[in-house]
Amino acid sequence: MIETHNLSLNYDGSTDVVHELTLTVIAGQITALVGPNGCGKSTLLRGLSRLLKPARGVVCLDGRDIHAMGAKDLARRLGILPQGPTAPEGLTVHELVAQGRYPHQSWFQQWSAHDEQIVAQALIQTNLSLLADRPVDTLSGGQRQRAWIAMALAQQTDVLLLDEPTTYLDLAHQIDVLDLLTELNDQGRTIIMVLHDLNQAARYADMIVALRGGQIVAQGAPQNVITCDIIRQVFGLDAQVIVDPVAGTPMCVPIGRRAARVRQAAVN
Amino acid sequence: MSVQANQIARNPTRLLGRRSLLLPGLAVSIALLGVMLILGMMVGAADIEPAVVFDALFHYDETVFNHLIIQTVRLPQVLAGMIVGAALAVAGAIMQGLTRNPLADSGLLGINAGAAFAVVLTVYLVGAASLTVYSIAALIGAAAGAVFVYVIGMLGGGATPLRLTLAGVILTAFMSALTTAILIQDQETLEQIRFWTAGSLVGRDFSIIAQTAPLIVIGLIGALLISRQITTISLGDDVAKGLGQNTVAIKIAAALMVVLLAGGAVALAGPIGFVGLVIPHIARFVVGVDYRWVIPYSAVFGAILVILADIGARIIMRPQVLPVGIMMALVGAPFFIYLARWKVRR
Amino acid sequence: MDFRALTHAAGLAQDRPRVPLVALAVVAFTLIVLVLSVNYGAYNMTVWDVIRTLTGTLPADHPDAHNFNLVVHTFRMPRILVAFLIGAALATAGTIMQGITRNPLAEPGILGVTAGAGLAAVTLIVTLKDVPLSVLPWAAFAGGAITALAVYALSWKRGSTAPVRLILIGVAFASVLGSLTTFILVFGEINDVQQAYVWLTGSVYGRSWDHVRTLAAWLVVLLPLALFGARSLNALNLGEEVARGMGLKVETQRAVLLLISVALTAGAVAVSGTIGFVGLIAPHITRRFVGPAHEGLLVVSALFGGALLVFADLIGRWIIAPSELPIGIVTALIGAPYFLYLLVRTRAQGR
Repeated sequence: MIETHNLSLNYDGSTDVVHELTLTVIAGQITALVGPNGCGKSTLLRGLSRLLKPARGVVCLDGRDIHAMGAKDLARRLGILPQGPTAPEGLTVHELVAQGRYPHQSWFQQWSAHDEQIVAQALIQTNLSLLADRPVDTLSGGQRQRAWIAMALAQQTDVLLLDEPTTYLDLAHQIDVLDLLTELNDQGRTIIMVLHDLNQAARYADMIVALRGGQIVAQGAPQNVITCDIIRQVFGLDAQVIVDPVAGTPMCVPIGRRAARVRQAAVN
Repeated sequence: MSVQANQIARNPTRLLGRRSLLLPGLAVSIALLGVMLILGMMVGAADIEPAVVFDALFHYDETVFNHLIIQTVRLPQVLAGMIVGAALAVAGAIMQGLTRNPLADSGLLGINAGAAFAVVLTVYLVGAASLTVYSIAALIGAAAGAVFVYVIGMLGGGATPLRLTLAGVILTAFMSALTTAILIQDQETLEQIRFWTAGSLVGRDFSIIAQTAPLIVIGLIGALLISRQITTISLGDDVAKGLGQNTVAIKIAAALMVVLLAGGAVALAGPIGFVGLVIPHIARFVVGVDYRWVIPYSAVFGAILVILADIGARIIMRPQVLPVGIMMALVGAPFFIYLARWKVRR
Repeated sequence: MDFRALTHAAGLAQDRPRVPLVALAVVAFTLIVLVLSVNYGAYNMTVWDVIRTLTGTLPADHPDAHNFNLVVHTFRMPRILVAFLIGAALATAGTIMQGITRNPLAEPGILGVTAGAGLAAVTLIVTLKDVPLSVLPWAAFAGGAITALAVYALSWKRGSTAPVRLILIGVAFASVLGSLTTFILVFGEINDVQQAYVWLTGSVYGRSWDHVRTLAAWLVVLLPLALFGARSLNALNLGEEVARGMGLKVETQRAVLLLISVALTAGAVAVSGTIGFVGLIAPHITRRFVGPAHEGLLVVSALFGGALLVFADLIGRWIIAPSELPIGIVTALIGAPYFLYLLVRTRAQGR
């Protein structure tokens, strides 16, 4: 379980990007952070890992302040995939995934058959075994994202944080990555991710946290968060919410000026 | 099971695509280095037979002139070349991994410029001095340059690669301006140190080697110890931190190794460029980007290149000996151009 | 509305009110330094006399008219103007190089121009006794131009020259030519070597109106051409693929821009020797004031580069008078601390 208490985050002492935010993420669930650009969702994700030190407040993992834990200790429980990471030219998929074993190794505990086995599993799970010796920079966008997820898998953490794991992917690959994350969740991992697409968040998340201006506007199950009111409040956008014909989850249909005009014309 | 499958699949983008080839490859490279060492002792103002070289090494007879030459002149010189080459190449590899900039080398930390300025200033102030004095001045200057660049890079929030690189380039320009200012005002100093500024192995005896080799050996061992960390940090700061790496500590440790290696090298041989820039590229071309292999390969390749260049420096204008720093570029550049021209993708 | 926000984000906004203001400030600064610089020297004049002599408003019957004209127009003005023109040329060349390679460390010499020019000049100075001063610039220009051409030709592959390849091959060439230069310096006659060192750090000592005219003619052709390239540079700054998507003929544009940059550098280096630094930092510093759009950047950095060298020339003549510090040393000595100050003051960006 990850909790924050009155968490404030900022860059270099400037104004708070996330302000006095208190949040509880339930273990074993998929939680999606949504909100407009600049609302602090990525910053919050960085704060939940140790990429950003809180200005005030605490972040706790299973009741312990993450900044009181050892860096490797935390990295064995919580993995983070930043947005748009780049691998050095020529690094192979296998080598990248092997990096996920970093927190499990030390001066005395070097590479072992066990590590190799876990890397192999991560490659199988992400369907990359055949591409293991290809350089990451020669892969397609979807394959590359899977390779990075495989690295995080090899880290074998209970909690996985992902910052917009579907950006730059085509629709099929977006669904592919989200399905993969669901499988990982079924195996008991807690997943927290920043997502842009509300409908994907509604479909794949157990809990949605909607942010605006560095604070939580709403949080809860998708059907409680994806409502006309809250969408207007968070995004300043008029939308209708219908039921996703496939999954039964709420689905946001933005109205927009063009459709509104067409409808108005029809009424007249 | 799939482990074996991985090893069978050959990686087309590097010379040694199979992981099982890496260790034999290193052994072959070390053997080649051995050949270079012997060749380096055979060639000079007068050539010496390999058999005599072996005798001089293992059945030393101080009454034989050639034995004396080998033991007091050529052996220290090739050893110095080996140490310097390994040190500069590994320092360059660390810098490139750390800054994720393919053009980085230890010169970027202000090490060569700091050393050159310290040596020139010393000669300007106290007059002609021995190689040992040069060596001490160079070491102090190198360390001061590196510390300065690092502090400037850190100030104002975090030593990002770009900030470090900029600070290094600027400090280098500043220092070389000061150096030149002295050299064009004072002809005596220029006369004294112009050979040193070209980088040379001539006249390096065991006492100077003994003075600098420990630094370099510590640096090499340290570099091997943090090699895995360097691979991790080359994925980017955020990813490395997410994997639980203390990136600040690793950067400081790495900078320390670079100072020991490059500072030791410049103290021993004067500023020698090119090795630190080029050899890591060649090593990565052969073994990929896993620094546990890049670093040892860089060390061996760097040693080979410097000894090769030194042999060239001795024979190209016999009996005149060129500074090895000059030969370096002549030997290494064509190969580097070949790599950049035909092997850089995109 | 959205379109404007887009161009703005891309750094393409043309309506930055700051550009003319900054340009004006730089021009004012240049003029002040110019007057002070003409005023400074062994022959004493008042500032007022300097201004009157410069503007030609000195009464013809003024008792010192002849001396004033001699000192100002024959001795002091040419070198100051040469300094300004060289600064403008190098700063423009540097701006173009940084734009093409998208590498903030690129400087005019990155294709080996300065190394090639340096080798040619040093070889002449050291191997020939008493090189005629008129030959040196041509040799330097030829050396620089040939090197750049060789680097470009070797970088050419399957119809394109990736900037990475250009940089790597340029560095290799610079390294070889630099080594050959060192070789000559190590074995040359000490007096020649010292002279060669002065050339290598760059100097405007004793430059004449001939130099001013040649440089000016060169710049009058090249600077407007560079400005025409501003739009291409803006596009290239967004990355090669985006630029191609905008309909830019990337390879042609890059070749033309490189040619302009190389020609500017070679011309400047031919006259003054290799003055470092100004081509690296002038674009950086200017970018902070006027933003990344190249229309403003090219103009202001040219002015700023010129101003910097005029100022450096004054300092160089003043600081160890009656002896003189070469301008190239002064640029580094004043430019470096300022640049480091900027570096420390600007906090590292968020991530």
